[in-house]
Amino acid sequence: MVAESVIKTVDLNCYFGDTMALKNLNIEIFKNDILGIIGPANSGKTSFLRALNRLNYLNPNYSQTGDIIFEGKNIRQIPDGLLRKKIGIIFALPQVLPISIFHNIAYGPKVHGVTKKAVVADIVENSLKQAYLWDEVKDRLDLSATRLSGGQQQRLCIARTLAVEPDVILYDEPCSGLDPISTAKVEDAMRELKKDYTQILVTNNTKQAARVTERCGFFLMGDLVEIEETETLFTNPKDKRTDDYITGRFG
Amino acid sequence: MLEKGQEMNSAKRREKIAFVILGLITLLIVVPIVLTIFYVVKNGASAISWEFLTQPPRHGMKEGGILPAIVGTILLIIGTMLFSLPLGILSAVYLVEYAKDNLFTRLIKLSVVNLSGIPSIVYGLFGFTLFVVFLRFGTSILAGSLTLAIMSLPVIITATKEALESVPFAFREISLSLGASRWQTVRYCVLPYAIPGILTGTVLSLSRAAGETAPILFTVAAFYLPRLPHSVFDQVMALPYHLYVISTQVPNMPAKISFATGLVLIALVFLMNLVSIILRAHYRKKKLW
Repeated sequence: MVAESVIKTVDLNCYFGDTMALKNLNIEIFKNDILGIIGPANSGKTSFLRALNRLNYLNPNYSQTGDIIFEGKNIRQIPDGLLRKKIGIIFALPQVLPISIFHNIAYGPKVHGVTKKAVVADIVENSLKQAYLWDEVKDRLDLSATRLSGGQQQRLCIARTLAVEPDVILYDEPCSGLDPISTAKVEDAMRELKKDYTQILVTNNTKQAARVTERCGFFLMGDLVEIEETETLFTNPKDKRTDDYITGRFG
Repeated sequence: MLEKGQEMNSAKRREKIAFVILGLITLLIVVPIVLTIFYVVKNGASAISWEFLTQPPRHGMKEGGILPAIVGTILLIIGTMLFSLPLGILSAVYLVEYAKDNLFTRLIKLSVVNLSGIPSIVYGLFGFTLFVVFLRFGTSILAGSLTLAIMSLPVIITATKEALESVPFAFREISLSLGASRWQTVRYCVLPYAIPGILTGTVLSLSRAAGETAPILFTVAAFYLPRLPHSVFDQVMALPYHLYVISTQVPNMPAKISFATGLVLIALVFLMNLVSIILRAHYRKKKLW
C-alpha cells in the first residue's frame, strides 16, 4: 500500500524579518500519520507548524518562499478560513475562551455556519467524546472553561479543533504545561484520533515523541536534520547531531 | 532575635505612616467632589419641584421650570451618541484590528491624540463654520450634536483602542486558527471582552459633552425658547448654556434656581454613569472571565 500524501513542503524557507526560521525544508506527511517533530528551542519547529495553516502571517514581519501542498493543492490557492478549518492547531498553553465549555466548542461550527441547535449539541458531544473529556464535563457544560484544570483545558482545545472537522491536527508542544497524568490522557486521545486524522506533534519531550509518534523528524537551527521511523531515529540515528540531542548531550 | 523584632516593628511603623499619608492624599481627591455636590444640593434642592422639572421658564426665566433645557440636553446627548459611538468604535477597531503599522496609521493615531488637546471653544467655532454655515444645517440639534460628537471622538477612540488592546492576543489566535474570518474574530472574540472598557470611555466623554457650553454656544443653544423642538433642525435650550445665561445675563436671578439647574445637570450625568455601571456589571457577569 502506498501511503497517501497529505502535506508536502517544497523548498520552504520562512523568515521573520531578517531572521531565517526555516531553511529549505522538504518534508512529506502521510495520511493517518503521527509525525513527531523534536529539536531544541528556536529550531523552527513552531514556525513549521504555523506555516502549514498560515498562522505565521499574523506576524507582520513574516515572509516565506517555496510551496506547501495540501491534499494536492498549493495552500496559496486555499482561502485562510478553509485552510485553517482543515488544518487545526493545538497551542502550547491551553488557550480557552472565557465562556462556557459548550460555547468554546460550539464557536468553531458557528463561524462555519452551523446554526441548528440539535446539530451543534451533537457536534459538541462527539468532539468531547473524541477528546476523552465528555465523561468529566457532561454534567457541567455551562461551566466556564477557565475553571477546568490545565489538562482538561488542553483536551477541550483538542475537542474544539475537532468540532470544525479538520483533516490534520497540529500540536505545538501540547503537554509542556501539564502533569504526567494529564499528559497521558492527551496522548491517549492522540493515539485514538490516529484512525481518522493526520497529526503532527511538535514536542520538547523526546520521550513523548518516542511514546506517541511513528515517524519523527529532528529540527536544528531551522534545518531538518533527519526524518526517520521513530524507532530507527531513536535507536540508530544517522546524523551525529541527532544522536547528541537524543542522548541529552545538548538542548 | 530582639533586635530583629525591633527592626520589624519600625518597618511596620513606617509602612503604617506611609499608608496614612497616601490615604490622606487620596482623600483630598474626594473632598472637592463631595463638597461641590453638597454645596449644590444644599443651595439648589429647595428649588427642585415637579413644576421645575416639567414646565418651561417664565417671567424672564425667574419662575417656572427648565423642561426645555432638560429635553435639549438629553436630545444633544442622544445625538452625540448616535454620531460618535459608531464612528469612534469602528475607527478604533480599524486601527487595532486591521490597520498595518505605516505612516498613514501613525498619522491617524497622532491626529486622535491631538484632537483631544483642542479647547472646546475651537470645536464650537469649527462646528459653526462647517455645519451651521457651510453645510447649512443652521443653529440646530444636528449641528450641535455633530460638533459635540467630533469633540467626543478622541476619548471614545482612545478608550476603545485600549479596551481592544487589553483583550489577550490568544483570543484572536484561537478564533483565526479555527478558520474564523477577521470580522468574525473581532465580533465574537474581541469586542465582547472590550465592551466594559468601551463603556467607561464612552460615558466619560458623553458626560463631558453633556456639560459643555462652548461647543453648543454657536451651533445649537437657544437663549430662551420655551417650546420643545419639532425636528433636528430646531434650536434647543441646553442645561449648561441655560445655567450660564441665568447666572450671568439675568439680573436679580434667585441663586437657588441656578443651583437647582446645576443639580439637574449633575443628576443627569450621574444617571448616565449609573446606566454604564449596570451595563458593565451585566457584561462582566455574562462573560465568565
